[in-house]
Amino acid sequence: MIAELGHFALALALVLALAQSILPLLGAELRNGRMMATGAPLALGQCLAIAAAFGCLMYSYAINDTTVTNVVQNSHSAKPMLYKITGTWGNHEGSLILWIMILGFCGAAVSAFGRELPTALRARVLGVLGLISLGFLAFTIRTSNPFERVWPPAPDGQGLNPILQDIGLALHPPLLYLGYVGYAVTFAFAIAALIEGRVDAAWGRWVRPWSLAAWSFLTLGIALGSWWAYYELGWGGYWFWDPVENASLLPWLIGTALLHSAIVVEKREALKTWTILLAIIAFGMSLLGTFLVRSGVLNSVHSFANDPERGLFILGLLMFYLAGAFLLFAFRARAMIPTGIFAPVSREGAIVLNNLLVCSITAVVFVGTLWPLFADALFGSKVSVGPPFFNSASFPLVVPLLLAMAAGPLMPWKRAQLVPVVMKLWWVAVIGFAAFFVALLASGQKVLPAVGFAFAAWVVGAAFADIADRTALFRTNLGNAWNRAKGLPRAAWGAAIAHAGIGITAAGIAGMGLAQERLASMAPGESVTLAGYEWRLDAVRDEVGPNWTARRAQITLLRDGAEVRVMRPARRYFPVARMHTTEVAIHTNLIADLYAVVGEEEAATGRAVIRLHYNLLAPWIWLGAAIMALGAALSLADRRVRVSAPNRAAARAAAPA
Amino acid sequence: MTRKRRRLWILLLCAIGVGSATALTLTAFQDNIVFFRSPSDIMAERPAPERSFRLGGLVEAGSVVREEGRTGERPTVRFRVTDGAHAVPVTYQGVLPDLFREGQGVVTAGRYGLDGQFRATEVLARHDETYMPPEVADALKRAGHWQPEQGTPPPAATWNTLQPTRTGSGS
Repeated sequence: MIAELGHFALALALVLALAQSILPLLGAELRNGRMMATGAPLALGQCLAIAAAFGCLMYSYAINDTTVTNVVQNSHSAKPMLYKITGTWGNHEGSLILWIMILGFCGAAVSAFGRELPTALRARVLGVLGLISLGFLAFTIRTSNPFERVWPPAPDGQGLNPILQDIGLALHPPLLYLGYVGYAVTFAFAIAALIEGRVDAAWGRWVRPWSLAAWSFLTLGIALGSWWAYYELGWGGYWFWDPVENASLLPWLIGTALLHSAIVVEKREALKTWTILLAIIAFGMSLLGTFLVRSGVLNSVHSFANDPERGLFILGLLMFYLAGAFLLFAFRARAMIPTGIFAPVSREGAIVLNNLLVCSITAVVFVGTLWPLFADALFGSKVSVGPPFFNSASFPLVVPLLLAMAAGPLMPWKRAQLVPVVMKLWWVAVIGFAAFFVALLASGQKVLPAVGFAFAAWVVGAAFADIADRTALFRTNLGNAWNRAKGLPRAAWGAAIAHAGIGITAAGIAGMGLAQERLASMAPGESVTLAGYEWRLDAVRDEVGPNWTARRAQITLLRDGAEVRVMRPARRYFPVARMHTTEVAIHTNLIADLYAVVGEEEAATGRAVIRLHYNLLAPWIWLGAAIMALGAALSLADRRVRVSAPNRAAARAAAPA
Repeated sequence: MTRKRRRLWILLLCAIGVGSATALTLTAFQDNIVFFRSPSDIMAERPAPERSFRLGGLVEAGSVVREEGRTGERPTVRFRVTDGAHAVPVTYQGVLPDLFREGQGVVTAGRYGLDGQFRATEVLARHDETYMPPEVADALKRAGHWQPEQGTPPPAATWNTLQPTRTGSGS
């Protein structure tokens, strides 16, 4: 019964989405106020319908309803309740419903918070969102209906892939989807602006919070995914340049460019067409990511068995939305006349440089990720592009980006001089060089990590210099600076904090360049040394969990003969899935991670394969990402976002600057 | 500065950006493209010993041997990768991924030595038992293990029961 209700709710959402994609758009063309006004209630109704469908699916999982095919294939009665619930989106069908539900929330949010948007613009944005929702709902109902019944009911489910039975599944997909779907909203704004043929500062002010929120969630989602892979897979790495990882990085990179160029639209009414283009590409990249992950066309370590037919459908949707958007862009882009003029050396110029470099990196990652597809289609050769390519091709582009991102915020709008910027940054450069030489000496002449540390110090120092400059920290007394700091717009704090976050992440990546690893076959009682510690394997014992059994090793860390810590990595066996998983033991002191993995055992000799890592500054990689997201959130709380845009515009018109 | 000159500047910058990105991509491609080869490909044309590539196929049933290492030594695993027509012996030092199974698809990266041994530096992991890397499916197809004319490929899970096939026996 519940499953039928869910199916009905899904069909209802489809009908509402159909209405939402026609009525408001048509109403805006005909200037029919009543038709335009249907957008908001339709979006709200659609959101409720999808939420109901999602709730029904979640209920089926919670009670382990074995008459539902989707539950049978992906769940099991012995699973802990948390994983039964998160298992709702641990499969293709359920995760699609989550995706659409978040899109529904975004539509409802636009109709709720967008009361001050011009009526026609809001109607068009909601119409485009309805169109996107329509495509994905049709896709779900046509090819991936999660509410299909099975008869006779299975005695029990086949279980969830053990790798997904982790708290990471509860957080990573929802955050990632919030990011992906957030770009659907900026896309809708871009399309609406193209239809109207008008982009102004007010438009930029509405788009910026959405792109900020999407970027913030995407940053958290990617970081969480990276951290999850780090502790769950037990390879000791955090980023593998795998197609599925790159698929999430591409919209993030374009989103970063969009975030910056939207500021120029808002402040200076320049770069309008470019911002529209970025908004379209950002959503295109989100869809491409969805396609790559679900079609299985590329060999990925993070792939699950999948159905190529579904991939084709998503490719069709991608083509439809992008082709439509680019066609509209080609016809309407001319209408966007830039009014703000700026010199090459200026804040705008720095943002253009940022956009250029970020887009170049995107192009490199895009080509590297999709090259195996092209090579197969064009030359029939099976190739793969691995981490060495991405590292060597993106490094020369990241260097000028990090150099320039320090100078950008210190430049005034419109026209700037290089000399004052250099005067404000020379001491940061000195710190950067100092960091380079210290790291070089301390690491035993490893150049690349030292370069990484130098840039990390440079970026964090420059973020501090930016705030110091704005608060006149070194030019006046402390009390004065404090007062200025309190009056500083939150967006300025947000930008500086987000930039500093990049520096922290860079330091973490540089530190991982100095990571040490040791692989050994050990019998209980034996020990090996790594990173100044003696790691002694005490024993390997049996352990029993709710739906798994495990072999848990006990490793004692000794320093100068004294016991420092006990680590207990394990290797779990899930009988339902007939599959092993690795439970890494990590001990962190925020400076370094001690990381231990236990592998297979030899039954005859009692030896176990043990892999040990000493990962310097590893936690900083994700800490930096969290700081970036925090910066974006702070920027979202800025006064000019909170105070309604039209009121401000009206106030400014009354008192010309 | 006039609009014309500004546009020229931006165009110039874009050209530099696109140009350098292309140049970087091409130079990095030259050294870092990794080819995929099936055991039959290796038998047909011996790869150069200094060039690393990816070898993929099924792990031959009954071929996995773990060598005892002394304390502190890197443990070694030996197995054979087959595509049904030919098999290549592989050695690997390290912890095998959780889903490494006899009779299942595998992709390894490494170099092919003059002694006819493939020294893997990496055995690619998977998250899902039924996931078949597209290259491996293709290699099996080419080796005649699966005839596309006879319909869709059998589900990857049933390929696990594949019987060991010795070099040259085909199927």
